[in-house]
Amino acid sequence: MPPEAAVALDPAAAIAAGFPEGSVVPQEGPGAPTDQPTWVVRREVLRDLCRALRDNPKTRFDLLLDVCGVDYPEREERFESVYHLYSMPRGRRLRLKVPVAEGDARIPSVVPVWKGADWFEREVYDMFGVVFEDHPNLRRILTHDGFQGHALRKDYDPARRWILTEDKIYMPKLVAPPGRSDSMFERMTINIGPSHPAMHGTFRFVAMVDGEEIVASEVEIGYLHRCMEKMSETHTWQQVIPYTDRLNYCSSFINNVAYCRTVEKLLGVEVPPKAVWARTILSEFSRVMDHCVANGSSLVDTGALTNFWYFFQVREEIYGLLEAVCGARLTVSACRIGGLLADLPPDFVARCRRLLEFIPPLIDDVEKLIDKNRIWIDRSVGIAAISGEDAVNWSWTGPCLRASGVAYDVRKAHPYDLYDTVDWQVPVLYGGDTYDRYKVRMLEIRQSLSIIRQLLDRGMPEGPFVVDDPHVALPSKEACYNQMESMIYHFKLIMDGIQVPPGETYLMTEGANGELGFYVVSDGSGKPYRLHVRAPCFPIFSTFSDLMRGHSISDAIATLGGLNVIAGELER
Amino acid sequence: MTELEARPEALQLPGVQDHPKEVRPRPMSLGERLYLPLLAGMTVTLRHFFQNIFRTRERVTIQYPEERRDYSHRYRGHHILTTRPDGSVRCVACFLCATACPADCIHIEAGEHHDVNVEKYPVVYEIDMLRCVFCGYCVDACPEEAIIMSNNYDMAFYSRSQSIVGKEDLMKPFTFDPGKLGYRPRFPEEEEKRAAMRREAFDLVAAAKAKGEPQSRVAAG
Ligand code: SF4
Ligand code: SF4
Repeated sequence: MPPEAAVALDPAAAIAAGFPEGSVVPQEGPGAPTDQPTWVVRREVLRDLCRALRDNPKTRFDLLLDVCGVDYPEREERFESVYHLYSMPRGRRLRLKVPVAEGDARIPSVVPVWKGADWFEREVYDMFGVVFEDHPNLRRILTHDGFQGHALRKDYDPARRWILTEDKIYMPKLVAPPGRSDSMFERMTINIGPSHPAMHGTFRFVAMVDGEEIVASEVEIGYLHRCMEKMSETHTWQQVIPYTDRLNYCSSFINNVAYCRTVEKLLGVEVPPKAVWARTILSEFSRVMDHCVANGSSLVDTGALTNFWYFFQVREEIYGLLEAVCGARLTVSACRIGGLLADLPPDFVARCRRLLEFIPPLIDDVEKLIDKNRIWIDRSVGIAAISGEDAVNWSWTGPCLRASGVAYDVRKAHPYDLYDTVDWQVPVLYGGDTYDRYKVRMLEIRQSLSIIRQLLDRGMPEGPFVVDDPHVALPSKEACYNQMESMIYHFKLIMDGIQVPPGETYLMTEGANGELGFYVVSDGSGKPYRLHVRAPCFPIFSTFSDLMRGHSISDAIATLGGLNVIAGELER
Repeated sequence: MTELEARPEALQLPGVQDHPKEVRPRPMSLGERLYLPLLAGMTVTLRHFFQNIFRTRERVTIQYPEERRDYSHRYRGHHILTTRPDGSVRCVACFLCATACPADCIHIEAGEHHDVNVEKYPVVYEIDMLRCVFCGYCVDACPEEAIIMSNNYDMAFYSRSQSIVGKEDLMKPFTFDPGKLGYRPRFPEEEEKRAAMRREAFDLVAAAKAKGEPQSRVAAG
C-alpha cells in the first residue's frame, strides 16, 4: 500500500488505496523501473482498478497503449502481463503488471474497459498462453491456428521450425446484427485476401454483405508474422536495428530512431547534437514520405491515379537523400545506438534544401486535384467515421486520431530530440472520416517541412556523429588501426555486443501513424531479454470490422489505405 | 492552413480534455457540388502532361536498364572481397563479420596461410545473398577492410543454390573504379603499421580470453 503522503499527492495512488491490502503494490526500490510508476496488481482487482483509473476525473487513464507479456521462468508466478496506460488529459503514464502462475494463467479481460485491449490480449494469449477471461474472441492472432506451443515463452526454442500441414482455413462465423436476417439466401459472405491487390499487404477480410452493404465482418492477420520480437532476443542490441527497419517500412528511419532512443535511455547515453539534429530532420522527411504513401494509396483505391505519381516523386527523391546518408533506400539501418552509422555526407544540407524546394509544388498539385474534388468527397466524407472518444477507447494514436479531433502528438506532449525547440503546430480535424485522415496528413506534411526548414536554418551542429564511448559505439577505423585500445574495444563490441544494464523501460516516439513504443527488458546479458513493439497500426486495424459496418465493400478498400495499415508493423 | 488557425484551443497539449463524442464531417460548398474544382485539377494534369511532352530533360521516369539512377558511394550493394597487391584475398578469417552479421549469412572456413605473418585465410567464404539484408554490419566489423560493398544491385538468381556466392565470385567483380564502389570504410595508407597492430591485438585478446579476463581491463592496463 502506498504511504499516506503519496496518496494525498497522487490521485492514482488514492484509488489504489481503496483496494484490499496487498492487491495493488507499487514497485519501488532498487531494480524497480524508473521511467514511469509501476504497480503490481493482483488479477482479482484488475478490472475494477482499470475502470476506476479510467473513470475517476482526477486520473482519467483513457488510453490503453499496450498490453504485452513477459516470461520469467524462474519465478513462481511466471508470466507477467504488462499494461501501459496513458492519460491524455493529465499527460500521465502508468504501468500495471499482473503476474500469474503457469498452471493457472488466467486474467480477467479488460475489453469491457478499453475496447482496444481486444487484439492486444489475443496477442498475449497467442504468444504466452495466458487466458483472458470473458474475452469476446480469444483466438490465436499472429500464428496459425495449427501452431503448437507459445512462441515467446522462454522455453520455446527460437531455432524451431514448423511445417504446417493443416489445410483447414479459418472461417469466421459472422452473425448479422439484431433485426437483420442472416439467412444464407439473403446474405452473401465474401472473402478478400490474404493475397489480393486491394489489400495493402497480406490481410484477410471476410465480410457478410447485404447487396453492397457490409453487415458484419472480421479481419484475420498474421500472414506476415516474422517473430521479430523472438528473434531480437537472440541478437545483440545493435543487431536488432535491421529488424526495426522492417516494421513500418515506409518510414524505417523513424523506427530506427525509436529503438535507438529506447536503448540509449537504458544505457544513459547522451547522443551528440549533430546526430540529434540529423535524426530529427530525417525523421521528418520519413514522415513526409510515409504520409505520401498512405494518401497516395488510399486515393488510388478510389481511382485517383494521377496524384499517386506526384506523391511518389516525392518519395523517390527522399529515398535519394536517405541513400546518400546511409547507403540504402528502404531498409535504411541508418541509426546506431548512440548516434548514426556514418557522418553526414558533405552535401547533406544542400540536398535537404533542394528537397524543400522540390516537395511543396507537388503537394500543392495534389491538393488542387483532390481537396475539392467532389468525386473524392463523395467517396470519403462520412465514410468510416469514428468519434474522438471511440478512437481513444480503441487505443488509436497518430494522424488517424488527430483526424477525430484529439490533438495528441508525442512530439508535442512529450517532446524529444529537437521538437520543442522549433515552432510547429499539431493539425487537428473533426470529421474522423477518410477525408479528414487524408487532410490531416497533408497538413502534417507541411508542418514537417517547416520543422526541417527551421532546423536547416539553424545550421548543422559541429562534432561527432556518434557518441564517443567505446562501450557503445565502434571506434573509427583510423583509431582502430592506430591505437591498440580502440582495436580491442572494436573486437569486444563485435564479439559481445553492447552491455546494457539490467532494467526495463518504455519509450514512445511519434511514428508516421501513431505512437511507436518500444518496451524493453534487459537482464544485462548483452541481448534483449524481452523487446516488445507497440505498433501504432495494430489497435487501429483491430477497429476495422467495427468501422466498416454499414459501409460498402469499395469503401472498405478505400478506408484501408487511409488508415495506413502496414503489415510489417502490424504483425512484426 | 485555415483549419489549424481556427482552433488554437485544440492545440493545448497535453490538455486534450474532452474528446469529441460526435464527428463533424466537412460540409460541401456549392462549387464543389457542381464539380467546378475539377477544372482546376484538370489544369494541373494538363500542365504535367505538356511538361512531360515538351520538357523531356525534366522527365522523372528513368529508362531502366539502359539508364540508371546514380547511387552514392555509400550504397550497400553486392559485397566485394578485397585483395592484396599480389592478388590474394585480404581476409584473415577472423570471423568478426560473421559474428556481426544479424542475418547469419556469412559462412567462413579458415585455413592456415603459408605466410606466418598472416596466419589464417579463408578456404571457404560464402555469403548467402538471399539471406543477406544488406545492412553493412560486416563492413563495419571487418578490421582488415577485407570486405566492402559495391553499388551493384543487379542480383537475380535462377535457384537458391546460385544465391550463395563464394570467395572467387566475391573477389571477381572487384575493380578499383571508385565509381563502382559502395559502402566501405576509408582507406588509410598504413599497411605495415596496421598489420603489426592487428597481430598484437589478436595476441592480447587471445591471452585475455585464455585467462578469462574481460578484455577491456587489458586495454586499460
Ligand atoms: S550486409 Fe549485413 S546481412 Fe549482409 S552479409 Fe553483411 S552483415 Fe550480413
Ligand atoms: S571480418 Fe574481414 S578479415 Fe575478418 S573474416 Fe570477415 S572479411 Fe575476413
